[in-house]
Amino acid sequence: MTLTRTLLATTALSMTAGLVSAEDMANEMTIVSWGGAYSASQQNAYHTPYSENTGVTIINDESSAEAVAKLRAMNEAGNVTWDVVDVVAADAIRLCDEGLALEIDPDTQLAAAPDGTPASEDFGDLLVSDCFIPQIVYSTTFGYRTDLVGDTPPTEICAVFDTETYPGKRSLEKRAINNMEWALLCDGVAKEDVYDVLETPEGQEQALAKLDTIKDDVIWWSAGADTPQLLADGEVVMGSTYNGRLFSVIEEQKQPVAMLWDAQIFDLDGWIIPTGLSPERQARALDYIMFATDTQRLADQAKWISYGPARASSAPLVGQHADLGIDMAPHMPTDPENAKNTFLYNYEFWADYRDDIEAKFQAWLAK
Amino acid sequence: MALTPVTPSSTSFTASTTAVAGAIAGLLVGTSQGNAFLGVVIGAALLAAVTFVALQMREREKPVRWIILTGFALAGFLMGGLSAGIIGVLFGWFFGWFIFWIGETRYRATLVPYLTPGQVLWHYGFRVICGAIFVFLITPILVVLPLSFNAQDFFTFTPEMLRLDPEGYSLKHYRDFFTNQDWQRSFRNSLIIAPIATVISVTLGTLAAIGLSQSHVPGRRAIMAILISPMIVPLIISATGMFFFYSQIGQVLENNLGLSKTFVGYVKVVLAHAVLGIPFVIITVTATLVGFDRSLTRAAANMGAGPVTTFFRVQMPLILPGVISGGLFAFITSFDEVVVVLFVGSARQKTLPWQMFTGLREQISPTILAVATILVVISIALLTTVELLRRRSERLRGITPS
Repeated sequence: MTLTRTLLATTALSMTAGLVSAEDMANEMTIVSWGGAYSASQQNAYHTPYSENTGVTIINDESSAEAVAKLRAMNEAGNVTWDVVDVVAADAIRLCDEGLALEIDPDTQLAAAPDGTPASEDFGDLLVSDCFIPQIVYSTTFGYRTDLVGDTPPTEICAVFDTETYPGKRSLEKRAINNMEWALLCDGVAKEDVYDVLETPEGQEQALAKLDTIKDDVIWWSAGADTPQLLADGEVVMGSTYNGRLFSVIEEQKQPVAMLWDAQIFDLDGWIIPTGLSPERQARALDYIMFATDTQRLADQAKWISYGPARASSAPLVGQHADLGIDMAPHMPTDPENAKNTFLYNYEFWADYRDDIEAKFQAWLAK
Repeated sequence: MALTPVTPSSTSFTASTTAVAGAIAGLLVGTSQGNAFLGVVIGAALLAAVTFVALQMREREKPVRWIILTGFALAGFLMGGLSAGIIGVLFGWFFGWFIFWIGETRYRATLVPYLTPGQVLWHYGFRVICGAIFVFLITPILVVLPLSFNAQDFFTFTPEMLRLDPEGYSLKHYRDFFTNQDWQRSFRNSLIIAPIATVISVTLGTLAAIGLSQSHVPGRRAIMAILISPMIVPLIISATGMFFFYSQIGQVLENNLGLSKTFVGYVKVVLAHAVLGIPFVIITVTATLVGFDRSLTRAAANMGAGPVTTFFRVQMPLILPGVISGGLFAFITSFDEVVVVLFVGSARQKTLPWQMFTGLREQISPTILAVATILVVISIALLTTVELLRRRSERLRGITPS
């Protein structure tokens, strides 16, 4: 079975390789991503070298936040204008299930590591869907104002729920995911039991009850840039956001903010290729993906933003920040010092329970 | 021009009036210092005391006003450095003037003598309310201007900025706007799309308005309603419909006529924006046509002019103000539009509002404020130019502008 598949794949690949030469690939592509510093890091690490090598014009579209909805609409209208799309793993799973994303065979369509390790092993567990090509590991974690927490800076996640020791507002994301897990952790539930408890209506009530204790002190955010702005203003004493945003606040903007890595929640971000592209465009997208997710490119991205490369073989190559010249490894969410206590986000759980729990959470918010 | 001879008013009346003003000023200062109540009390007491002292030396008004000004400036400077000192100067200048304005009953000088105190109060109260509304409208725009010179990448008045320290200010967000490819490309796109969409909407809208103002057109109310509908239907619904409609059109154009994707993308956005702009042109032109004398076209026809000549030589010059203001609305509609372009356009057609929208959502960068400031300055310059040209043409035609 495996043999047949490999054989088939190899034949298909050699056929494609034989049929599609450089002239048959589109010379313009639209890459969709998240914008801001993240897009800038991709521009520097992937787009610019790729354009220089191939002469392809790359257009950036910052629409990843509504990627699923837009891809559905484009597919319905029969007019897919995107070539490569950067999405979080959960979105990739949805798109793959709906047939909106192309299935990828990592071993034939992605570059092997320099030492010959096939891509499927190099990415390992991070290949959470057949359509998903992982790019970075990021985490959602907390940052706090060093000048507003007194002499005892918070060291663990439950400081968020401790309004007596750390008075002031906190900012949390306006959705159930992550907040429910943190609430249960701080309500005495063991880390390995969190999702078992959260499955039950009582568990959900328990999490909301815990969140209720700080509800009056929370500013809810919806865009990744909100918490950095609130921290810089001193409007919140601590807040959750993506670790790369906090890195930028602390190291690039020099704000009096520090990281609280405890119970950071890992998530993945990566590429998908939409289905329904013309053969030339698909060939171009695959060629780009092969280049942009090789070991060196993934390590290069970390020069501009503090997200961990998804390949195991990229980790040793992570160097210094391109402008600041500081070592990036200690700022990675995957660094052993930072990852002492991490929380593993459960995709399957949220795929099954998201709608239900999210509805309860929003109802609680509106109360 | 003094209408009413004035006599000094009583010290107690003056002191209580200025105390109220002082209480309001104290409320502002106290709130910023963290204790509103204390601010009110101190403000009222201070102003009452200053008024008593000042009115003892009525005849030496000039030096007294200078002393008040210096005193407030010093107090402000001691409280919060340079910027507070400047606010102190403003307060000192205002209260120096206000004490004598009330104390010498100057507020009555320009009013007719028979007004009751209530009418006088309303006369000035009305102006204060108008001023407050004006401030309410303009402040959100003005607040943006200094923030765009922020040296930091946040929407925050930093302590350096409040101290008026040059370190706290920089032009880096303007530099970013002029050097960043994304901003430049979207700015160019807006400058391509908005004028073309405006020309199309002005042409079609003016023609439609003229046609619909003829009484013999059947069903003109229904036609009018349909043409105006893009203005009434929620934008998001038009946008969704347009997305599917223009996707089909775009594919036909690309596949059958062999036009490039980029070109078709611009065509789609321009057409969509033209549709949004047409109602504004129709409404303004229809309004101007109400005052248009139909016998002029008959007179022109009588003298042998064809309909086209009549339109361009007689009708058009007379309804031009309506056409221009409709065109301005259409231009602003396209230039400000974010929803439809998000649906219909692809990344190639990213306009300035789209770029601002993603910038706001993904990265709250003051570059947006720099762009906003530039746009405000450009709009002021444009409107001033239009107004100056209008005055010039009126002068040339021998009409004095009102």
